[in-house]
Amino acid sequence: MAMHLFSPDNNPGSSFMNLLSAVGVQTPAPQSRIDVPHATTCVALRYVDGVLMAGDRRATAGSLIGHRGMEKVVQADTFSGVAIAGAAGPAMEMIRLFQLQLEHYEKMEGKQLSLEGKANQLSMMVRGNLPAAMQGLAVVPIFGGFDALHETGRLWDYDVTGGRYEEREFVATGSGSLHAGTVVKVGWRTGMTRAAAVSLACRSLWEAADADSATGGPDALRGIYPIVAIITSAGWQSVPDDELASVFQSIANEVQAR
Amino acid sequence: MSMPFYVPPEQQMKDRADFARKGIARGRALVGVQFEQGILLVAENSSSTLRKVSEIYDRIAFAGVGKYNEFDQLRQAGVRAADLTGFQYSRLDVDARSLANQYAQIMGQIFTHDSKPLEVEILVAEIGLTSEDDRLFHILYDGTVMDESNFSVLGGDAEAIIVRMRANFNSGFDLSSALRCAHGALAGSDRQLSASDLEVTTLRRGNGRRCFARVPEVDVQLMLA
Repeated sequence: MAMHLFSPDNNPGSSFMNLLSAVGVQTPAPQSRIDVPHATTCVALRYVDGVLMAGDRRATAGSLIGHRGMEKVVQADTFSGVAIAGAAGPAMEMIRLFQLQLEHYEKMEGKQLSLEGKANQLSMMVRGNLPAAMQGLAVVPIFGGFDALHETGRLWDYDVTGGRYEEREFVATGSGSLHAGTVVKVGWRTGMTRAAAVSLACRSLWEAADADSATGGPDALRGIYPIVAIITSAGWQSVPDDELASVFQSIANEVQAR
Repeated sequence: MSMPFYVPPEQQMKDRADFARKGIARGRALVGVQFEQGILLVAENSSSTLRKVSEIYDRIAFAGVGKYNEFDQLRQAGVRAADLTGFQYSRLDVDARSLANQYAQIMGQIFTHDSKPLEVEILVAEIGLTSEDDRLFHILYDGTVMDESNFSVLGGDAEAIIVRMRANFNSGFDLSSALRCAHGALAGSDRQLSASDLEVTTLRRGNGRRCFARVPEVDVQLMLA
């Protein structure tokens, strides 16, 4: 550990990323295309209390399953979360850096960034990953949170160049996003309750897992369920596994009865 | 060309120390005191935006007295060093002892080499899993580190405040008794300090990952009543 005192003209300010480059910690992009494990499907939607984010647990390496228990939906800070699809290594690194960046800013400045500010910050990080994305290490996140200023849940999705798009209803990303997104699109209503939102998100991941080999379904055998989390005025809360187990059981019963 | 006068090193150090001490004595004091669930940090500070006590890391807080711009620069350096270590190694590898040593190095270096010593005293407080593992590192303007226990007093009029703290400190304090003890010690017998004159923060066990919290003025008022 080294402590740095910066003079006013080379001070990295409240940004942790600026600090990393000021002290010379950098992760170079690969020079040629490489194959690495990929994280797959995530969805997020707005409902009456805020936003809900959900993601399956599978990471794939080519046609093999790389990891069964990956957590792609993670808390960024008290009132926001990130869901990530794309190259697993850079994605996890980006999440870690993003979480730290938000906390670092809060400690340096004595107050949190606005939700919009957090969304912009993530946009810059995705943009910074572009050289790696060109070599097959694309990372495409969804950012969601509760905006205390406007007292509502808000959602953003991104493209690989850091393009940032605020969504009014829902968004899906990753290999199963076509199927998951369609399910949410058909089922989404204004002012959904928590139960309806959880059920719709689970249903969308079920259908994505059913049609996309890279998306993992609920794994009752190992007790691995998708991560589903809600962000409301009370902050981030993950939906417990036993609740998810019963939601998926009712989906399975319904499918069986067709 | 005029030759500079020879000043013996003893005199040089003494002049610098006197200069730093005078600057620090002009500022208001600050008390860090252990209570059952952690460490309470109370500063006499009428501003509610320019802070003397802040969060450094999950279980570590920083407090400074003296010149604001100087201790705030040290605070920022501490947050940066802690976050860098946590990022490069793990959150468990960030500890107050290491931070205190680095502060001591920097402050000692500035004291002997720069044209002017820092006019600050700082406290690096860390809570452990039990109160035996709580740490209070008090660092002086010249880089002297003191590993204190039970309580720590920084800033102007520290000697008198220490005497009052020693008379009233009790190792089984709950939060409000610790606050009353610190408040009484800071105020003394001839001054009145209201809740709005104090900046009150805690590092508290069982407060989740980030143990640092500011105590709102209304709660301070209730506890002092």
